Amino acid sequence: MEHFRKIKSIVTPLDKVNVDTDQIVPKQFLKLIHKTGFGKFLFYNWRFDNNGNPIPDFVLNDPKYKNSKILITRDNFGCGSSREHAVWALKDYGFSIIIATSFADIFYSNCFKNGFLPIKLDSKTVDDLFQTNAEIEIDLETQTIKTPAKTISFDIDEHRKQILLKGLDDIAMTLEHEDKISDYEKRANVPSLL
Amino acid sequence: MPKTLFEKIWDSHVVIERDDGPSIIYIDRHLVHEVTSPQAFEGLRLNKRRVRRPDLTVATMDHNVPTSDRSLPIVDQISEIQIKTLEKNCKDFGIQLFDINSPYQGIVHVIGPQLGITLPGTTIVCGDSHTSTHGAFGALALGIGTSEVEHVLATQTIRMEKPKPFEIKVVGKRKNSNAVTAKDIILSIIRRIGTDGGTGTVIEYRGEAVSDLTMEQRMTICNMSIEAGARAGLVAPDEKTFDYLRGRKFTPENYDVLVSQWKETLHTDPNASFAKSFTIDVSDIAPQVSWGTNPAMVCDVTESVPFPEEYAKGSEDQKKAAEKALQYMSLKAGTQMTEIEIDRVFIGSCTNSRIEDLIEASKVIKGKKVSSKVRAMVVPGSQMVKKQAEEMGLDKIFKDANFEWRESGCSMCLGMNPDILASGERCASTSNRNFEGRQGAGGRTHLVSPVMAAAAAIKGHFVDVREMDLN
Repeated sequence: MEHFRKIKSIVTPLDKVNVDTDQIVPKQFLKLIHKTGFGKFLFYNWRFDNNGNPIPDFVLNDPKYKNSKILITRDNFGCGSSREHAVWALKDYGFSIIIATSFADIFYSNCFKNGFLPIKLDSKTVDDLFQTNAEIEIDLETQTIKTPAKTISFDIDEHRKQILLKGLDDIAMTLEHEDKISDYEKRANVPSLL
Repeated sequence: MPKTLFEKIWDSHVVIERDDGPSIIYIDRHLVHEVTSPQAFEGLRLNKRRVRRPDLTVATMDHNVPTSDRSLPIVDQISEIQIKTLEKNCKDFGIQLFDINSPYQGIVHVIGPQLGITLPGTTIVCGDSHTSTHGAFGALALGIGTSEVEHVLATQTIRMEKPKPFEIKVVGKRKNSNAVTAKDIILSIIRRIGTDGGTGTVIEYRGEAVSDLTMEQRMTICNMSIEAGARAGLVAPDEKTFDYLRGRKFTPENYDVLVSQWKETLHTDPNASFAKSFTIDVSDIAPQVSWGTNPAMVCDVTESVPFPEEYAKGSEDQKKAAEKALQYMSLKAGTQMTEIEIDRVFIGSCTNSRIEDLIEASKVIKGKKVSSKVRAMVVPGSQMVKKQAEEMGLDKIFKDANFEWRESGCSMCLGMNPDILASGERCASTSNRNFEGRQGAGGRTHLVSPVMAAAAAIKGHFVDVREMDLN
């Protein structure tokens, strides 16, 4: 995985609570067997009408946000289905960071497996960022968000931060402890399914 | 130190414990299906990795299999590619697969317990959020993403921060327990704690009203734990649990020895502390119906569609969400729930497609006909459920009432196969999610219990099933 770098971008405001993964990528697009190419399905039913034409008042169709790399939304983003396709679609579309007041657990965990940064902020700060009509700069290394008005800091688990910064592979890290896994297996004697 | 059931299962599966990051937890059972696994196997191939424990891994195809005649070819070619891909992956990596023609095929969360794959005290994962279902057996059962599926295939472990234990006490005795079901209990809970009420936690459902439930009813409750945002749901195992799993295909040979160990350990110690607690009294709950576009937007069947400001209780965000939901659902605040007419009925899904669900629903419709305005279908959760139902003659009751009697799979719960709602159609559904477009773009889903769905099929609109004869 690539190393996560500083991001400077305008912020796309998605002013909704409880955005579920069925909205992020509707089920009719889950049939692909690779991780790429999901961007065109992102928020499909909100972005396009029944004839496949863009719905003008949906925020992703506003040309102003065309090259935005940061999405901002509200409580409990990513609830529902565990589909990692949701993160693949956000990333493939061009987003690198999502800011919200809270995230659903599985979605949050899926982000870090894909070099995608979810940032949790309190609702007052999120409100302010919704109003920021300019580029902001987010630096994971220093855990800061620079807006024209001020610099905001954010919390992130140190381990997860390093995964993104160094582009680490979870599986390779776990396999370094293969001896411990084998020890566990000897001890536990899990009933086989054969 | 006294521990909760969750903490005991967690502690007994720790490979490496860390406080400053994710621990490494051993996984006893890994269930695989066609939709969330292809990219995981692709990742293994790219990195030249093997499946560490194929003997602890089982696969089936459920999400996009057609539920029509299985002898016909699959019409949707992209679905077929996904199904063929799973077949090839299982063959290449030596994983046991219950394919579309297997007598054991079915929704992964229905067959797990039916085959005795699910065991108390174990850790179970699947690339599907409704893995929480298996918690009904006192297993720590977690839904995971595809990268985690790959991680489990390669290492038989997951990396995870320890969730917090959350106690939900379910007390009281249901009046009319044929009409007020486990589905109504869990919808009542989600309605009260919200779709993120369980975020970061593992819920343990406790109390007399949980002990009273059958295993299948407990599965319905644990299944929807994810709809409250929880990582998992649990019920401590008891005699009902042990009886349910005895003598099944994969039940271990030393089962009675295991049972005596489980009896010793698998319960929350007296005085163990939970991070959070919530109590619900089920003595007075009514059949529930969802009116909105998430599983917390629910009311009693005797109520009317709420006004957004009444639902929002002061939250501007929730008010907006409720307005949007009513618009999507094409409902007017103040309309009696029983006045809402439906076009479709779906009895199925990992929440409510087991034999008891079908028995209960069949009692409602026996000798009656589906309303001429309604198209109704039953999709048994597995081939084993289907066979059992047919041996009991339930298929005949459903078919005589003009229900479609179909092959097993996830079907219209998420509409990845041809079973979908047309835009604007309104459905009484025994599934778990009423999200926009979940059952088909533009489709409108109302979550209900199997008996409520059956009653709505007959009448053409929602009815209080307590008023019907269910004997």
